Amino acid sequence: MDTNTAILLTMVIPAAASVGNLLLRNHANLRDGMTLGAAVATFLTVLVILSNVGNGTTAPLVLFEVFPGLDIAFNVEPLGLMFAIIASGLWILTHIYGVGYMRGNNEDNHTRFFASFALAIAAVMGLAFSANMFTLFLFYEMLTLSTYPLVAHKGTPEAISGARTYLGILMGTSIALLLVAVIWTYTIAGTLDFTTGGILRGHIAGPMVALLLGLYAFGIGKAALMPFHRWLPAAMVAPTPVSALLHAVAVVKAGVFTMLKVGIYIFGIDFLAETGASEWLMWLAAYSIIAASIVAMTKDNLKARLAYSTISQLSYITLGMALATSMGALGGGLHIAMHAMGKITLFMCAGSIYVATHKTNISQMNGLGRIMPITYGAFLIGALSIIGLPPLGGSWSKWLLMVGAADAGQQVMIAVLMLSSLLNVAYLLSIVGRGFFWPAASDAEPVKIAESPVLVWLPPALTAFGCLVLFFYATDIRDFLMPIVGGTP
Amino acid sequence: MATEHVHVARTLMDHLPVLVVLVPFLAAPLTVLLGSQRLAWPIAFVSSLVSFLISIKLLMQVIDGGVISYHIGGWAPPLGIEYRIDAANAFVLLLVSAIGTIVMPYTVQSIKSEISERHHTLFYTMYLLCFTGLLGVVATGDAFNVFVFLEISSLSTYVLVAMGAKADKRALTAAYDYLIMGTIGATFFVIGIGFLYAGTGTLNMADIAAHISTNGADRTIETAFAFIVVGMGLKVAIYPLHLWLPNAYTYAPSAVTSFLAATATKVAIYVLLRFMFSVFQPDFLFEINALRWIMIPLALVAMFAASLIAVFQSDLKRMLAYSSIAQIGYILLGIGLLSATGLSGAIVHLFNHGITKAALFMGVGALVLRSGSSFYARIEGMGKVMPWTSFAIVIAGLSLIGVPGTAGFISKWVLVQAALEQGWWPIALAVVASSLLAIIYVWRVIEVLYMAQPADPTRREAPLSMLIPLWIMALSTIWFGLDTDMTMSAARAAADGLLNGFSIGGTSVGH
Repeated sequence: MDTNTAILLTMVIPAAASVGNLLLRNHANLRDGMTLGAAVATFLTVLVILSNVGNGTTAPLVLFEVFPGLDIAFNVEPLGLMFAIIASGLWILTHIYGVGYMRGNNEDNHTRFFASFALAIAAVMGLAFSANMFTLFLFYEMLTLSTYPLVAHKGTPEAISGARTYLGILMGTSIALLLVAVIWTYTIAGTLDFTTGGILRGHIAGPMVALLLGLYAFGIGKAALMPFHRWLPAAMVAPTPVSALLHAVAVVKAGVFTMLKVGIYIFGIDFLAETGASEWLMWLAAYSIIAASIVAMTKDNLKARLAYSTISQLSYITLGMALATSMGALGGGLHIAMHAMGKITLFMCAGSIYVATHKTNISQMNGLGRIMPITYGAFLIGALSIIGLPPLGGSWSKWLLMVGAADAGQQVMIAVLMLSSLLNVAYLLSIVGRGFFWPAASDAEPVKIAESPVLVWLPPALTAFGCLVLFFYATDIRDFLMPIVGGTP
Repeated sequence: MATEHVHVARTLMDHLPVLVVLVPFLAAPLTVLLGSQRLAWPIAFVSSLVSFLISIKLLMQVIDGGVISYHIGGWAPPLGIEYRIDAANAFVLLLVSAIGTIVMPYTVQSIKSEISERHHTLFYTMYLLCFTGLLGVVATGDAFNVFVFLEISSLSTYVLVAMGAKADKRALTAAYDYLIMGTIGATFFVIGIGFLYAGTGTLNMADIAAHISTNGADRTIETAFAFIVVGMGLKVAIYPLHLWLPNAYTYAPSAVTSFLAATATKVAIYVLLRFMFSVFQPDFLFEINALRWIMIPLALVAMFAASLIAVFQSDLKRMLAYSSIAQIGYILLGIGLLSATGLSGAIVHLFNHGITKAALFMGVGALVLRSGSSFYARIEGMGKVMPWTSFAIVIAGLSLIGVPGTAGFISKWVLVQAALEQGWWPIALAVVASSLLAIIYVWRVIEVLYMAQPADPTRREAPLSMLIPLWIMALSTIWFGLDTDMTMSAARAAADGLLNGFSIGGTSVGH
């Protein structure tokens, strides 16, 4: 299969699965089995693209020419391919988990849920393989719209108002700021193609560079840079499989992925470094990292705490781009993978706890670890990876970010990253500590192991194992990403 | 006009510029003469379809910047009446005839519930007259002829709006208001034409243009300009001349609203464009000031005030009517920017908004058919019982917001680009800021449709004869958001043609 056909298939398969869900709405097992097949097929197609890399460059896949020099076009580049691999691979696990969760929890409207889910994956694939900012913007909005029904899924007033915040902030920022930034870029540079080294050099100078970067940084609401982060906690009203894949992986990573793409291929790392336009963004990202961590400590609701932790971790990636060094950008890219694996583990564990006990608040979870050892074990591993301890994947991306900060001569940022790790310890390990060591509320009964259904606890166990595996393959991923900063593996 | 050469028309193809108007014009009395309710619809549908096919053919002939000049009865202009087709009006002809044709199958079921039985034949007669009038206004190159066709379309429109009286008696007052305001507009327009005739001694638009560009403008011509802009402004519903629009759109039968919202104001905008850019010269200082200091501020006010009013509506049809006023603001803004990009943005938005609004009003009509009203309280939870109708409304709603991948996005992109090209930052930001209001008013509808339980779960989906036209419109909002080849090249050719005035020659066809 040639690469361009495969790219098209990665979007067509999930989109077809979405339609298939609607057609098979009365056959639950067939429907969920079909979606699983589609998830596996999408993952394999992405792997075909991976195996084709290096077989010579192919021309981008152009679907429509919308404006002169502005196409809906797709191509393969390392960052996008990595994102596609993560999203499609984790879709398989999340789907299995989602089936277990939705059934174990007796949620309604399974068809609408899985149909929107598959459509969101199609949007992510399109976003990952976008060859220019115009195409990326199209799929960025499609992702917002396809996930809206997922956030509003429960239909309660709380869910509706959460979904409203979600849509309002994401769509508002993208239309009011990002769209202006994109059209501005097109007006001055005449192109929006992602080009190594950027397209803006020589077209813009002085404080305008920082202004344009600001329009992008705030316009990409999905990156949850403060003060446009409120949609993320609001979106946590969604069922946990949504939070797991979409708000730990697909949606938020689409945001920081866009941020990296803009920094690397629109501005260019060197251009940012020369103009110093991203320095304010670096400080803002640092502020987001610390502030969100502190807010996370105050949250008793487990998913809310994880949401603020995500906001903090996403700013690592923005920080990596804003450092404007090769190592920073690479560290940011690597962190997309590492944080995805770690955070999806944590979310799936939170869902597992909810399915088994219907508890959402950390203060109610004393002693649960002894009842659900697998879930809590996976949670511990995921938490340690987020904190950045070896031998888990998260340690490498944090390391690269620190090297990047040192390269940029920003020692303060090293301190920020270390402080953030300490805060992570405080708000994540306390949950594990309560689970294993605190006495349970009703200690009268003897402790019996009562895990959630296997479809719910197995996926987080697998992703926790994935965090461990990623530690040993981090160098390969880094080498794979090297070309994005113009280096060779 | 040195490049023009006259040859005698021999084939039917040479008569297309007049046939596009003539076919529905002859079909209209035919429906009355036959007096058969069963035959009225086929006649109306076939004649609209013929006009539509002719429009496609005409657009294909002129999209590369050509001009077709047709002399009625073989009388050469400026004495004879000239029909003059270029990219600008061929594009509008296509919009009007396409909407007119696609709305046709939709009317069958829609008017059954909304118009009393004995008026059905007359409905098709009036519809065909309105259709004729709109096409005639666009096709003609004669200033007085514009007025004649404008009145044909306006008078039939008043009747069409009044036909909504079966469902709601307020349709009568709405039609009456529209009659008063529309007549004032038409009177201003004809006074303007009178001044033009007094100032230049001719009624042929190309001839007037030639006269103004050689002799310059005097007070008479400036006065004519003012009368024409205000008169047409009423028809366009430029804020604050929009007062007739919300009631007319709300109380007219849904099929009528779908057709009018997509065509009537758009045709008026076309006339405005034609007079501003082709008849009067755009470099005419008086006009630049009028555009910059009157048109742009009014457009901005419309974009925000009307959107804000739309946010607080509780009737879907009325909400869409206010949103139309806001969207007309976008088009006027594009015109006011006075650049090729701005003008092509305005023209492409004229088309894109036309199909978007047609889809939305058709969706509303389907909801009204099943629930009896378009009040939010009455259509709650319809997403569950009428999934196809509701989802088409969602798609068209996204186009109204300007979400990428829809037609509305394309026009907003061009408008923002046009503003940025001239460095007018506040204008660019105003366009996107007003889109945020659109998110709110569209999302209110989506929440009403999907986030509530249906009042009556036994309601059925709308009939296929309504769903198919509705989905053709909804899918075309997506199609024209991805493949802009036809719309953007036509809009660019139209903008270039308009900015060049009548300086481009054409092939004359005499009888």
